[in-house]
Amino acid sequence: MTDLAATDPLPKPKRDIAPIVLPIALALAMIPFVGSTSSWLTLTAASLAMGMMIFIMASGLTLVFGLMDVLNFGHGAFIAVGAYVATLILLPFAAAMQADSLLMNLAVLAPAALLSMAVSGALGLVVERILILPVYGQHLKQILMTTGGLIVAEQTLYAVWGPQIIPLPLPTSLRGSFIFGDVAIAKYRLLAMLVGLVVFIAIQLVLNRSKLGLLIRAGVENREMVEALGYRIRRLFLGVFMTGSALAGLGGVMWALYREQVHASMSDDLTVLIFIVVIIGGLGSIGGCFIGALLVAMVANYGGFLVPKLALVSNILLMVAVLMWRPRGLYAVTSR
Amino acid sequence: MMILSGDPPRSRVLTLILVVIILALAATPYLFPGAKAMNVAAKICIFAALVASYDLLLGYTGSVSFAHTMFYGIGSYAIAIALYSMGPNWGAVATGIVIGLPLAALLALAIGLFSLRVAAIFFAMITLAVASAFQVLASQLSWLTGGEDGRSFQLPELLRPGTVLIPKSFAGFELNGRTLTFYLVFAASALMILALLRVVNSPFGRVLQAIRENRFRAEALGFRTVFHLTYANCLAALVAASAGILNALWLRYAGPDTSLSFSIMLDILLMVVIGGMGTIYGAIIGATIFILAQNYLQSLMGVASKAVADAGLPLLPGLLHPDRWLLWLGLLFIASVYFFPTGVVGRLRNAGAKPAKDASH
Repeated sequence: MTDLAATDPLPKPKRDIAPIVLPIALALAMIPFVGSTSSWLTLTAASLAMGMMIFIMASGLTLVFGLMDVLNFGHGAFIAVGAYVATLILLPFAAAMQADSLLMNLAVLAPAALLSMAVSGALGLVVERILILPVYGQHLKQILMTTGGLIVAEQTLYAVWGPQIIPLPLPTSLRGSFIFGDVAIAKYRLLAMLVGLVVFIAIQLVLNRSKLGLLIRAGVENREMVEALGYRIRRLFLGVFMTGSALAGLGGVMWALYREQVHASMSDDLTVLIFIVVIIGGLGSIGGCFIGALLVAMVANYGGFLVPKLALVSNILLMVAVLMWRPRGLYAVTSR
Repeated sequence: MMILSGDPPRSRVLTLILVVIILALAATPYLFPGAKAMNVAAKICIFAALVASYDLLLGYTGSVSFAHTMFYGIGSYAIAIALYSMGPNWGAVATGIVIGLPLAALLALAIGLFSLRVAAIFFAMITLAVASAFQVLASQLSWLTGGEDGRSFQLPELLRPGTVLIPKSFAGFELNGRTLTFYLVFAASALMILALLRVVNSPFGRVLQAIRENRFRAEALGFRTVFHLTYANCLAALVAASAGILNALWLRYAGPDTSLSFSIMLDILLMVVIGGMGTIYGAIIGATIFILAQNYLQSLMGVASKAVADAGLPLLPGLLHPDRWLLWLGLLFIASVYFFPTGVVGRLRNAGAKPAKDASH
């Protein structure tokens, strides 16, 4: 053992960079297969945008699991609710959406996104109090309760909005692509990338640079110890749960605009996708979740371009490959 | 008691209900004439077996699988594709069984070895992912599975409705191919449920319960828990695939909506929880309640919806619309997980036991 003097800085934790290299290596390895640089750039941009959106939706789920050992099978409901709530503003103000001015468009989009986040977050409060509070520490019942919640939420959406698909066209100024030489990058994808990056950086800053984040990270590692030090971890958890729900709502709006349609069944499809992301990343890890989302999106885009038939099972194959390498996901944060 | 593997219902009311259900099912072709009653009865039999096999996983090992309909679908599709491509003969039925059952078991083995190593929660998520991929695959490989339309096929001569085995003039009732198919379904389901009772009451079943209660302790006692869990997963998959075979034989059709969709998975979950987890008998009760409600309650909801719409109330007609019956079942599901997690069977057993203080605390 080496002796540490009091003045020595604490030994730095070892950085595990292999997972970070993985998506970059994957993207670079695809260049020869895709062939032309321009389509590779377009595909990569598409993967980044899709990955950011998936990350926004999945980040709440992984934090909630890491902090409180609660696996929310109803997470997809917040996504759908967010998308539907956004239509409440986006459809009546369709005129402003069609106006060819970025400012006008954003003036409608921003309140819609904020409202979605607020409603999803509030719904998160209700769900946590009613469905999850009675079953802390019981995995089986949590899965059953939240699955029940998902059914109820989905059916309520059908009852209120009807079973038809609601078309949600993109605002005029976000349509089309920027053309750089012979590379076309859709404007909306750039916006999605931007928002995703902002969310990622914000989460990282809060988690790593604030006292709140310190408590959350400590809670993920050892809940009892944080409680013993006098912090109300339940309240902390409620906050994280609501934030996660709100982010899912935001992701829902962005996904709905990306697909240009809203339907309650989107919660089912996306639940599977974000589960895969969360498993790949390692339950509870934000960084892993980010890399996992990028990997899933890359496999979907490159795979869809190169071998369209493979796209159906590519996510499962990716998950199997990652779990063969690291059985607990890319970053194993929790000991569970 | 031999036939029940020494695990009787342990409640007088429960015994009575079970006897009534089983007698009613057995006598359906003669008591309730008409195609609908027979369909409902056959569906109850098939789902009782399917739900019982799910109970082996959920109730006895405590692991939540979302891939149970996948195995059910494998059984259905195996028999449907075999009969569709080889024509209506018994060789095709045998081929379907010989291909379908091992395929289900192998897939269950792969999933089990892969995901049961780590944590129960991984198993739930991975089964969900695999099942959804399988569903997409089944609808995309339309040259094999018929895509969204599924596969309709003809049954062997003996099982067709037109085949009269015992004419009415001979014994006072008629036994035709359709009735024979019904009794085939009935007997096979009963056999599977009895076999599952045998499994859960064997030493192996005790180990499964030990794993459910405390996996770490079971491991410390020297049991290879991964082996036990995977084995249980394979057994459940085999029974589910068999139930799928019966389902396809009864419907003479296999398609995504009748054998693969996620809503069937939710139905199974609801039936297990309503009936009572970890009892096997709960499967019979849950399936009966649920399928009766599914077939007869929906028309009631239609009436209620219309009445409310005529009264001019907002929103309620939409909530009471027959298509929204899953909403009410979801609420019922949450309520039953919350208020009586032991289900109908648990309730009846507790009521039958001493009216002493609450045993769980």
